[in-house]
Amino acid sequence: MSETDKHLLNPEKWVSLHADYLFNYTIGRLNDRDLAKDLVQDTFFSALKAKNDFQGKASERTWLIAILKRKIVDYYRKINSIKGKAEVRMNFYEDGDREGEWLEERAPTDWSGEIEKKIENQELAVVLEKCIANLPEKHAMVFRMKTIHHIETEAICKELGITSSNLWVIIHRARTQLRKCMEDNWFKN
Amino acid sequence: MKLTCDEATAICDKSQYKEASLWEKIKLSIHLFLCKKCGLYSKQNKVMSTCYQKLKDVEGVKKTQLSQEEKEFIAQELKTKTAPKR
Repeated sequence: MSETDKHLLNPEKWVSLHADYLFNYTIGRLNDRDLAKDLVQDTFFSALKAKNDFQGKASERTWLIAILKRKIVDYYRKINSIKGKAEVRMNFYEDGDREGEWLEERAPTDWSGEIEKKIENQELAVVLEKCIANLPEKHAMVFRMKTIHHIETEAICKELGITSSNLWVIIHRARTQLRKCMEDNWFKN
Repeated sequence: MKLTCDEATAICDKSQYKEASLWEKIKLSIHLFLCKKCGLYSKQNKVMSTCYQKLKDVEGVKKTQLSQEEKEFIAQELKTKTAPKR
């Protein structure tokens, strides 16, 4: 690559050129406005500190996204270790002799009529949003990436450093809990 | 060959993203044939997928952005950091 092909950094313009893009990228993964804002700001600071390491091979934005991705995975690891362990996991299935069978009180029950109408109701999104917010944070994060933002399984695994079987266990737990939450707060109330 | 309800519903969830393997789907249909609770889960799971799609549509409309003030604040902070230290 000749000197003239090299990308250059222009920190004075970072905010106006890339802040929205980085912010949207983060919101897609964390759905927390304040946290997203902090991570974007942190990304700019780290980038500034590391600006002498920038070799100009990738564009400025690609380089900034790479730094942001590391911040996101650090955050994921943090919630996975500290908070993840402190969270009380809700069990849906039996242990012991009847391992893997439905716990009677958490098994699905019939949703009485008018399901169609309830799906069309605008309030649905609000209630569903609350149910997602009740999930363990790590589950909510992976669930959103996969279900709401339609990011490919492989991409999520790579980004968060998890295996696909990890991912499917998380999705399974999230969906089981969300079904129950929506049954209690929407379809049967 | 025989699945527990936990395993069956896990496959059921996976198949909502069209990522369950053929063999998994076969095992699942056998389980669903025999287990009423999981049958109900499977039926409601499809409804849940529709709900998630609705949520996606709603979120697509209300696009979150940084305000001008927030951006200016970040820009200011960056400037302070770039300023040569005395």
